[in-house]
Amino acid sequence: MNPFACQSVLTLLLTSTLAMSSAHLAFADDDDDEDDEHEHKRNSLFESRLAPVVNATYSEECGSCHMAYQPGLLPPRDWARIMAPDALINHYGDDASLSEALRAEISAFLGANAANVARSMVPGDASNTGAVSGGLPRITESADFKHEHDEIPARLVTGNPEVNSFSQCNACHQKAAEGNYDERWIDIPGHGPWRD
Amino acid sequence: MKRHLATALLSANLLILPAIPWAADPVAGAAGWIKEYPQTDGSKPRSCSTCHGRDLTQPGQHAKTGKVIEPMAPSVNPQRLTDSAKIEKWLRRNCRWTIGRECNAAEKADFIAYIKTQ
Repeated sequence: MNPFACQSVLTLLLTSTLAMSSAHLAFADDDDDEDDEHEHKRNSLFESRLAPVVNATYSEECGSCHMAYQPGLLPPRDWARIMAPDALINHYGDDASLSEALRAEISAFLGANAANVARSMVPGDASNTGAVSGGLPRITESADFKHEHDEIPARLVTGNPEVNSFSQCNACHQKAAEGNYDERWIDIPGHGPWRD
Repeated sequence: MKRHLATALLSANLLILPAIPWAADPVAGAAGWIKEYPQTDGSKPRSCSTCHGRDLTQPGQHAKTGKVIEPMAPSVNPQRLTDSAKIEKWLRRNCRWTIGRECNAAEKADFIAYIKTQ
C-alpha cells in the first residue's frame, strides 16, 4: 500500500470519528424520547428540534411583537408571501411594515433557512397552509402542526388565559425560543407537562 | 430697497417656519395616549394604552400576541427614545394600527413629549 493511500485512510478514519463524536454531542441530552423524535423527523416537516434563530435583525424586528418563529417552521414560499410589502402592512391584523432594506434582509434570512423545499412538496404538509386561513400562511394551520397538537384540549390553550393561542409556542414549550420543541420541555400553564 | 428687504424677510420667514419646533405638548400627548379608536376589523377599540398601559413605568402587553412590552418610560427604561429610526418606525406602525392613519408631526411630537416626562 502506498503511503498516500495510507494517509487517506487515516484521514477518513479521523474524520468519521470526529463526525461521530459531534453527532453524539448533538444528541447527548436525548434519551427517553429519542425514538419518538426520530420517527417525527422521518415523517414530518414539523421537527422537534429546529435551528435557533440567528439573525439579529429578525429577532429585533419580528421578535419585538411575538416569538421569532424559527424559519424552519415554514417553507420558503410561505415566508415569501408573509414578507411581501403589502402583506406586512396587514400582518395577521397588525401593522408590521418595514423599511425596504430591513424587509429584504429578513426575507433573505427566512428564505435561506426555511423548511426543506423538497419535503414541503409532500401533499398535506406545511406548504398547504394559506388556503385555510383565507390569507397569509399560518404555522398553526399546517397539517404537521395540527397532527402534533390534535389531542390538546382547547381549554388548555385558547381557553387558558395564560396561553390564549396556539401561536404562543413559548407559553407551553419552555425552550421554543431556542428551537427545542421536545416533549420533555412542555409545561402547560395551570396544567403541567404533556406527553403523548 | 424696501421691497427687497421685505422679500428677503418673507423668504427668511418661509425658510424658518417649517423648522420652528411646534410647542410639543406633553399634556396633549397624555390625552392622545388613552384616546380610544374604534376598529373596522371587529377588534375592540384601541388606544396606545391598550398595549402599553396607562402607567408607562410598568411593562405592557401586546393586545394580539400577548407578548410583554418593556416599559415605555425612559425613567425606568433608558433605552427608550434613544434611536430615532426606531421611534419613527413604531410611531408609523402603531398610529396606523391604532388610529387607522399615520400621525402628523404635531401628534408625534406630543406623544414623544409625554413619554419623555415619564
